Amino acid sequence: MVMGSLREETDVVVIGSGPGGYVAALRLADLGENVLLVESRERPGGTCLLEGCIPSKALIHTVEIQETARRAAEFGLTFDNVKIDPVKLREWTDGIVQGLSDGIKGLLKRRGVTVLRGHARFTSPTSLSLEGGEVSGVDFKQAIIATGSSLNRLPAGIVQSVWSSADALKLPCVPESLLVVGGGYIGLEMGLVYQGLGSKVSVVEFFPRLLMGADFDLVDVMVKQVTERLEEIMVDSKVLSIAEAGGGGFDVRIEHGGQTIEKHYAQVLVAIGRRPNTDDIGLENTRVKTDDKGFILTGPDCRTDEPNIFAIGDAATGPMLAHKASREGKVAAEVIGKGDAVFDNRAIPAVVFTDPEIAWTGLTEREAEEQGIAVNIGRFPLSALGRARTLGRTDGLVKMIAEPDTGLILGVGIVGPMASELIAEATLAVEMGATLEDLMVTIHPHPTLSEALMEAAEVAAGEAVHINPPRKVR
Amino acid sequence: MFEFKLPDLGEGIAEGEILKWHVTEGGTVLEDAPLVDVETDKAAVTIPSPRGGRIASLRGKVGDTVNVGAVVVVIDDGAAAEAKAPAKTASAPTSAPAAALAPAQVPVAPGGPQRPVPAAPATRRLARELKVDINVVPASGPAGRVTPEDVHRFASGAPAPVVQAPVPAAHAPTPPDHIAARAVRDDTAFAEFAAHASATIPFLEIEPMPDFSHEGPVVVEPLRSIRRKVARKMVTSMALVPHVAHMDDADVTDLEAFRLRERERRQGGAGSRMTLMAFVIKAVTAGLRATPAFNASLDPFREEIVYKKYYNIGFAADTGRGLVVPVIHGTDTKSIVQLADAIADKAMRAREGTLPADEMRGGTFTITNVGPLGGTALLATINYPEVAILGMGRVQEKPVVRDGQIVIRKILPLTLAFDHRVADGADAARFVAELARQLSDPNLLLLET
Repeated sequence: MVMGSLREETDVVVIGSGPGGYVAALRLADLGENVLLVESRERPGGTCLLEGCIPSKALIHTVEIQETARRAAEFGLTFDNVKIDPVKLREWTDGIVQGLSDGIKGLLKRRGVTVLRGHARFTSPTSLSLEGGEVSGVDFKQAIIATGSSLNRLPAGIVQSVWSSADALKLPCVPESLLVVGGGYIGLEMGLVYQGLGSKVSVVEFFPRLLMGADFDLVDVMVKQVTERLEEIMVDSKVLSIAEAGGGGFDVRIEHGGQTIEKHYAQVLVAIGRRPNTDDIGLENTRVKTDDKGFILTGPDCRTDEPNIFAIGDAATGPMLAHKASREGKVAAEVIGKGDAVFDNRAIPAVVFTDPEIAWTGLTEREAEEQGIAVNIGRFPLSALGRARTLGRTDGLVKMIAEPDTGLILGVGIVGPMASELIAEATLAVEMGATLEDLMVTIHPHPTLSEALMEAAEVAAGEAVHINPPRKVR
Repeated sequence: MFEFKLPDLGEGIAEGEILKWHVTEGGTVLEDAPLVDVETDKAAVTIPSPRGGRIASLRGKVGDTVNVGAVVVVIDDGAAAEAKAPAKTASAPTSAPAAALAPAQVPVAPGGPQRPVPAAPATRRLARELKVDINVVPASGPAGRVTPEDVHRFASGAPAPVVQAPVPAAHAPTPPDHIAARAVRDDTAFAEFAAHASATIPFLEIEPMPDFSHEGPVVVEPLRSIRRKVARKMVTSMALVPHVAHMDDADVTDLEAFRLRERERRQGGAGSRMTLMAFVIKAVTAGLRATPAFNASLDPFREEIVYKKYYNIGFAADTGRGLVVPVIHGTDTKSIVQLADAIADKAMRAREGTLPADEMRGGTFTITNVGPLGGTALLATINYPEVAILGMGRVQEKPVVRDGQIVIRKILPLTLAFDHRVADGADAARFVAELARQLSDPNLLLLET
């Protein structure tokens, strides 16, 4: 075989094997399409599996058990020697990632999906070149762009030996002190992991609040809990420079509260968002359009302005979430394979795996305010819930956001243990067009955290049993 | 920007076909000036513009079918730009099928981007399968939730649910909504429907249409508007009503002489367009008063016959776009001249497509006259839920025997098709004979004025 001369031909090519791309490829194969998957990395799975959701959750779970063990002293359970072995933990995490990635390989293989290695660039609306693989190009009838996103880097002039979240996930070491630049969900999740591993962790955030995307009342509950675990939280602050210090570590200059402070940290983790991988895939050779941030514009059927090219996941507009990518992958596959599908979801849940967790779905209270939508809100604190007491975790609340006249549930916000699991029922409620009544009448098992959803619905409807009614004004 | 949505046209009408645009893209329109002519199952209406301004875009071509509630035109009325559309829809590609009516441009509630209407995902899929924009389906569920039944109802063009009159259990079970004939769009649905229909009617065997294009070239056009309405009416009538026809001839020699003379004399004035139909309506009205059974309706569910004490006679009119039946209300209170003028006026407006729906409603008896086009006799289908329809053939000079002599007379063939559940052959024979007698002597009609 002559390198660089072999071309493949296919009906559909999917570019990228993350949770959007591989799902699309599997669905297309099941619909009887001739499909080819292109991936630039060695393994399938994308950011989510290889250096995102999955490994981070393994680390977070470990640290949470340690934290729970520490809290357990309150109810008489003590452990003499709780400690984390980073080497063992790294192996365990790698094992999970490998296992899942092999699982995807198996799924693709059993469906007869050819996987090609290489960096794809469109050379026309029906052809692309491949760099770094055995095949030099692919001719196709339809394409799905699922190229995902990359970490934003700090501006030039700042040393590049600082960690990205991908670096931090590999657990290279446990630094004595760690500065997390960026108070978003990645920064907070990783910050808490390293705190649990033994680092003294500080967080610096440019905006006035942590987790700017979430409702403030939810964030406040979480911040109250993590404050005691973190050295320092600096909001409204700007990192001016990061320099490698002579004796190891980094000297960081931060503008905070109108003055410049200089601090030394053993390590710095930069987590300042992600950008779509759309600048080096040859879009200029197609009619595909992007917005000013590089996200590909698509219609509700995930189709781009080039009618035979679709875009899904982080590369397309919308929240950068794995589950949104997977759903879009199915939509694009079904539009191609069945001619009939629309991304018409009413709710895309968002989850932050801090401790306590934060999750929300559908309309947020802030969006309602900004858009001038009248809403009826019911808040139920976990402190009033039996199961939360037995877990020793009363730090949390469930917030139900409903349409005032009809009780139609528009959104739900949760902070507390297992918020990531509880949000699923809330998402189903929003998706199905459930009303407060629907949640109130549905019997929730007792004693569980899920009762908080039912209780919050009762609060919103003004029929709460377990909360004192508002005092009547005489 | 003002998005004008096709308004509710009444009577459960779910869609309309665009007949004519009175405006063009980029042009201006004054408030209340004619915007678009839309034809529904019932009538053609001219919709005036609710705003003045520049026409930013027309969302449909002549011949397109538009759902009630869908945006038909965007008018730049100088008002602030509408709420920013969600980014996802910003670039709906031009190649999307039926882009003009795509669900993306659905009613935007004041204050913010619109989420998809509340409905279970399975219901949303159903709507897509039935090619229905779920965002304009009238919802019957709590909090505006669209149910699968709502989607089926909308797809079948049936009116939104109203309070159902209690109906005694019918003998044949009604087919479940999801296999209503209107919803048959794929093989599975077809098989289900055919199985159900066949189980209901012995010997009935419904099979998918063969692919006619194998035999030779074909042209396929969707069944819509008046054609579809006629199809429904006729199948319903033929399926529910046992038709019987009774035929007779009327000697209209004297009547025609009188009519043509009067018509000549009235040139330019009332009655100048006097047709045979006016006389027939007068005579029929007299007959209906004498035989109430032909001015009735049978309610098979309540097992009642409703005799109507008002006389609204419809006449079939060929409009060029299909069959419509203008109705003349209160024919018992109108003179022949008044009837003649009403016929001419309504027929003209029906042809123009400007006859409002309420002038095609409330008929108690229908007359169809194919005589001018030829034909010795015809068997018409009853305009359900009426009980009878009179068909008029061509007036022809024929040799007939009068007092033992062969003479040439002008003969009008008459056929009364009637509902044998309500009337019997003898009733029909007497009715048509009396009709023929009245039409044979204009003087007799005088007595009925």
